[in-house]
Amino acid sequence: MADDLLPLLIVALSETVYMVLLSTIMALALGLPLGITLVVTSKGHISEFSGLNNVLGTVVNIFRSFPFIILIVVLLPLSRFLVGTTLGSTAAVVPLAIGSAPFLARIIENSLKEVDKGKIEAALAMGAKSITTIWKVLIPEALPSLVRGITLAVITITGFTATAGAIGAGGLGSLAIRFGYMRYRDDVLFATVIVLVIMVQLVQWGGNFIAHRLESKHHIGM
Amino acid sequence: MITITGLSKSFQTPYGKVDALKNINLEIKQGDIFGVIGFSGAGKSTLIRCLNRLEEPDSGIIRIGEHEITSLNKSQLREVRKRIGMIFQHFNLFDSKTVFGNVAFPLEVAGLSKRQIKNRVEQLLELVELTDKTNAYPAQLSGGQKQRVGIARALANNPEVLLSDEATSALDPKTTYAILELLRNINRKLNLTIVLITHEMDVLRRICNNVAVIEDGEITEMGPVQELFLNPRTDTTRLFVQSDQDLQLNNYSI
Repeated sequence: MADDLLPLLIVALSETVYMVLLSTIMALALGLPLGITLVVTSKGHISEFSGLNNVLGTVVNIFRSFPFIILIVVLLPLSRFLVGTTLGSTAAVVPLAIGSAPFLARIIENSLKEVDKGKIEAALAMGAKSITTIWKVLIPEALPSLVRGITLAVITITGFTATAGAIGAGGLGSLAIRFGYMRYRDDVLFATVIVLVIMVQLVQWGGNFIAHRLESKHHIGM
Repeated sequence: MITITGLSKSFQTPYGKVDALKNINLEIKQGDIFGVIGFSGAGKSTLIRCLNRLEEPDSGIIRIGEHEITSLNKSQLREVRKRIGMIFQHFNLFDSKTVFGNVAFPLEVAGLSKRQIKNRVEQLLELVELTDKTNAYPAQLSGGQKQRVGIARALANNPEVLLSDEATSALDPKTTYAILELLRNINRKLNLTIVLITHEMDVLRRICNNVAVIEDGEITEMGPVQELFLNPRTDTTRLFVQSDQDLQLNNYSI
């Protein structure tokens, strides 16, 4: 093992973790309201509004059709505007968040749609406001499924950071391409992949653990 | 207490327009246990759901107490809904909340303080005899226990009316009787008006005073329950009474 490998890995890993965390938070900030709106405005739901639903659905689909690497290029001006540069991890968070928010919105939409409409009607029949029904019934009832969905999104975002690394975002993907691929450093390539595998495993285990804890509380057998 | 005048409701389906309710007129007295019976698809579920406007009527006037339900705006409707309890065939409990949390929910919605909520939930769980399940989750309860939680939740804000949408249809006979017994006790204790829809004659015979038979969106017969059993006037009613008697004969022959 070369002497420079460990420091390189540590820096790259911290950049990746930073990008994944920050873009997940930002993607949630965009995707959660979007996913909730997609559900509650759908036909027969809490606040049916098919016009808005169609528009949002189309916007989500448009963003989801972009290959991620193209989206980064398209959003370069926005990164420059918001962060001041198009290079580095923070600049990459802009396309990462915007690219994964629609994906996250669909995942959240699917989770929330699984909630039995009867429960929502029960809450409305008690005189609960729409917003109360969303926060106190819809989201808590979907929580285990939401956690699983967000876990999936975190892993997808981790993959996206590697793509972003190819065009200047830093992180493990960048390390693998610059050192492993371009300089024929097989040791770097191999080590990067191992670190990524471990990282994804940990996220998946963590997500499963939380979802399982929630489920066993709610759906314990007789 | 409840008056329904000229209530109609239709649904648009892929196969055309379906008239679920056609010009329904109905009066239900304070403290009555009023049954609505009919076959599947007769419109009884739509009828009860129109009473708290879970289903929006196309036309007609519904009055409950001093409120004209059909002319309320959204926020007025929310206020009135707090005083109309509803229980469901599939209970519709919140799985993520404990029994306490489920019964507390309508009280939180009504804006009561934590202390008031705690006291009220204790009272209600005593009423439905579930004090030992306060911290259980719905998944840990039997069907009968779940419906007791549903009843406690529906009674939380001292409603004037309790709507029961096939509340015993998912329960076994023994549990059904226990739940009906509970409803009758509550009706007597609180002088609560109960409107219940069912497809089981047994439910009518056990607790209802008055009944309406609904068929193809129309009320075909209405009156005291004994009257219905003694002098069924329409084919549907005869069919219900007949099947009920067959059932009883079977029971005796076992």
